[in-house]
Amino acid sequence: MSKLPLTINHDENKLKLSSYITGFGLSILFTISAYLLVINHAASRTVLIGLVIVFAICQFISQSFLFLHLGQENKPRWRLTIFAFMLGVVIIIVFGSLWIMHNLKYRMTIPQEIRYMKSQDNL
Amino acid sequence: MEPIIAIPSAKSLKRQEKEEKNNKMLFGFWVYIMTDCVLFASLFATYAVLHNNVYNGPGGAQIFKLPYVLGETLLLLTSSFSCGLATISLQNRSKRKVISYFILTFILGLGFIVMELNEFHNLVLAHESWRRSGFLSAYFTLVGTHGLHVIVGLIWMAVMITRVSISGLTNNIVRRLKMLAIFWHFLDVIWIFIFTIVYLLGALHL
Repeated sequence: MSKLPLTINHDENKLKLSSYITGFGLSILFTISAYLLVINHAASRTVLIGLVIVFAICQFISQSFLFLHLGQENKPRWRLTIFAFMLGVVIIIVFGSLWIMHNLKYRMTIPQEIRYMKSQDNL
Repeated sequence: MEPIIAIPSAKSLKRQEKEEKNNKMLFGFWVYIMTDCVLFASLFATYAVLHNNVYNGPGGAQIFKLPYVLGETLLLLTSSFSCGLATISLQNRSKRKVISYFILTFILGLGFIVMELNEFHNLVLAHESWRRSGFLSAYFTLVGTHGLHVIVGLIWMAVMITRVSISGLTNNIVRRLKMLAIFWHFLDVIWIFIFTIVYLLGALHL
């Protein structure tokens, strides 16, 4: 019997307890260290912001692979493909919005902004 | 010489058919989860654009209580882990363990949502509701949408716990429990970014 191309087999690749324990440990580690850094103002603001974002990305990667079992399916890896597509859309939405709105703010002069806010107040 | 052809039995064919149907449905659910990520991305983008528009109201650093939020985070993270343990026991087809781990997940998730609703309640009492400023509107929409997902997940979990205890681990129930586990892990993944972008960076006045 020919195999259908869409085979995402969970049971073939046995889930392991160790992957959940590692994922949980790593997540706790990243969460607590980011929290402690921010609470204690352990470094300069710019460094803190960078570190906190890096920790979030590390936790995201570890949870995606160890909890959601990304990339552990058989070929063709449709889940991974659609995950990558989602990441692309998310990056376009988030950074595109920030870029456009920043540009808008940059091009709006301060008197224009004040006039706009006053007109809103009188409504 | 006669060629050797392995003819699969009717039973194994049926099993294979069932397995393929399960896999397709799990894949469909995965696609739904990915589109939900896009929904959250648009809410995160809104928050990122609006988070400085406090309109003389309080900013993130004034209203967020980080130790409280850390408590919420740890509750949700632990519930995600116990959901993983439930998935492991699902593999071993141990009904008693599946039920107890899902009950543990449910209690931890309930603790999380109660803490979050209490946080919202206190903000509204202090006249810092979504009507106060653009920042607070975006904050309530983003965190509230996540909370709504958690509530839906909790209702689903309660239904599934009842169904497992009544009819046991049938094919349909096992598939739905796998979907529920994916959903629950996904909610925890979204929370990483809420915790980091809204709360931690908010406390740093970004």
